[in-house]
Amino acid sequence: MQDTRETDIPIKLLLVDDEVGFSTVISKRMGKRGVIVETAGSGSEAIQLLRSKDFDVAILDLKMEDMDGIEVLKIFKKMVPQMPVIMLTGHGSESSAQEGVHLGAFDYLTKPCELNELLQKISDAVGMKHKENIK
Amino acid sequence: MKNNKLLQNPFYQSLMRNMVLTVILVSITPTILVIILLLNQFQTSYQEKMEAHLKELVLKHKQNIDSFLKERLFNIRHFSKIFDIDQLSNEQFLNERLAILQSEYGPVFVDLGIVNDEGKQVAYAGPFKLGKADYHEADWFKKAIKQPFFISDVFLGLRGLPHFILSIKKSYKGHDWIIRATIDFMAFNDLVENISIGKTGYAFILNRSGEYQTNPHTDSLPSRKILDELLLEGGAHPEKVQISRKEDSSGRTSIYVTSFLKNGDWLLIYQQDIADAYSIVRRAFRIALLIFMLGSLGIVIMAYLLSRRTVSRIAKANLEKEMMNQQVIESGKLASIGELAAGIAHEINNPVAIMVEEAGWIKDLLEEEEFRKSENMGEFQRALTQISNQGKRCKEITHKLLSFARKTDSRTQEVDINQLILEIIGLTEQRAKYSRIVFKSNLHSDLPSVRASNTEMQQILLNMINNAIDAMEKSGGTITISTQKAEDMVVTEITDTGPGIPMAYLGRIFDPFFTTKPVGKGTGLGLSICFGIVNKLGGNIQVKSVVGLGTTFLVMLPTFEKRIETIIKNINPE
Repeated sequence: MQDTRETDIPIKLLLVDDEVGFSTVISKRMGKRGVIVETAGSGSEAIQLLRSKDFDVAILDLKMEDMDGIEVLKIFKKMVPQMPVIMLTGHGSESSAQEGVHLGAFDYLTKPCELNELLQKISDAVGMKHKENIK
Repeated sequence: MKNNKLLQNPFYQSLMRNMVLTVILVSITPTILVIILLLNQFQTSYQEKMEAHLKELVLKHKQNIDSFLKERLFNIRHFSKIFDIDQLSNEQFLNERLAILQSEYGPVFVDLGIVNDEGKQVAYAGPFKLGKADYHEADWFKKAIKQPFFISDVFLGLRGLPHFILSIKKSYKGHDWIIRATIDFMAFNDLVENISIGKTGYAFILNRSGEYQTNPHTDSLPSRKILDELLLEGGAHPEKVQISRKEDSSGRTSIYVTSFLKNGDWLLIYQQDIADAYSIVRRAFRIALLIFMLGSLGIVIMAYLLSRRTVSRIAKANLEKEMMNQQVIESGKLASIGELAAGIAHEINNPVAIMVEEAGWIKDLLEEEEFRKSENMGEFQRALTQISNQGKRCKEITHKLLSFARKTDSRTQEVDINQLILEIIGLTEQRAKYSRIVFKSNLHSDLPSVRASNTEMQQILLNMINNAIDAMEKSGGTITISTQKAEDMVVTEITDTGPGIPMAYLGRIFDPFFTTKPVGKGTGLGLSICFGIVNKLGGNIQVKSVVGLGTTFLVMLPTFEKRIETIIKNINPE
């Protein structure tokens, strides 16, 4: 939590998950911790959001109805290559998560996960992005 | 033993019965037909041959007897021509003639006599004192005086002994004279008695009125009725040899061959008991019957043994197939259950994640000032922590299920036995708890991995643990699982505190289909499959058991390095 408030500028997070219940509660809890969360219920919605706004980091569920998470990841990497992507998977589809890491995703987490764990990964990702930017 | 029990099944019994019957029917029917055909053929041809032989025999003897009579007649005719009655009436001369005849033909000629046309014997040469006998009343004389030559029937005559007479009529000085010779009955009898075949075959001669002309010395003389019939039948064709069968009053059937002699005066009869005549046929029949009985017995025994063996093989094959089907169904079930479980586990994760997060959100909100003063704050906190903890527990359960379902492939890979044991304990813990069974594990911390298929290793450990649980289902107890490294082997020890395995069973527990569980509960394949897998991996299973104390199974598997070494060695033996 300290890490997220290292810089005064709040982190802007894109949460892509077709489970509305999950994205709603996560955005509330993140909001309470100073992370601005925009949610997208599908891959296409996320792509539209990306066109109009900038995000520091994206969380991407690998299992969605309209598009395969890996495909969405590829498109993200094409549109905004510098934005780190953290993937969420169910247990058992770790192989596709590993494939995602190969394709440039920052890391992955298995559902259900601790919020703190997620925040840690987010701050790691943002920190790395900053380092890269400084370079 | 197991097969015997299988053969009790009505299906196999009827199968066996059908096979036995079919084999017997198929083998015995042609045998019976062949035997009947051959016997019939044999009997027919033998009968024909025998009848022909008997006819021939009778014919030959008829000719013999006829020619004997003719020759004897010729003998006296000869000297009746050479010498006149005056010469012959001289008894001394007649005695000389008789002596010559007897020296030439043996004692066939008994005596000679000259009888005038009044029946008075004028001269006699022979052993009897018949000097001036008067024959004018004698039956033979009445017939002889009317014919140029005559052969009488057998009669007793003046001398009181059976004999018959040959006579020649000769005219001399205006009177008819009879030159007669008596033929020894015994000598003639021998001619006929020579015909004797087997035990009951003999011949005799009858005259037209049915009187015996020879001495048939046998116990089984045919009855009057049969003789009359024979005379009648023979009379129809006097020139032919006749053959017939007749049954006497005591029920015995005899064969009769007849032929007329002496221009139809006498009938030569050959008689033989049919049983005796066909004794060869009967013997052949008896031998055939014996061979048939022995052959049939052999066929029946063979049919039984063969069918039994075949059916028992079929039964065993069926049983194995059934077991195999069951195995396939079981593994199919396991796979689909695994798939289903994986799907459910995956789906459940999302709602669980939301629940946990929502609980976290309430916790976040409770941090705010206004709620801190609430008197139930402690309870709220506790309840939310509980929700979060139970959510984590759900996650663990679903992860176990998923990892189990994921490992249903049989590729060989590096397997961490300790990890696998923990997983399987996790899976079976619940079942064990119901039976009051406690798990203890004592795992070597630095255990080398083994090279095996995850699924197969799972199967082995699951089997061992399930067996242990089965053994202690009622009593409860402890299952201790420990791992250790022994040279190049990884040893897994599974010990239960169950009732133990009796000595008698210990040697057989790895045999296929051996089970002590009730019918329908166990296939008897579990340990046998485990043994096969471990053997294939170059390892070994051992069992130690003390009745009343418990059982220990030792599964020894070569370490990964050792296994690789062995494989390389096998490829390059040098």
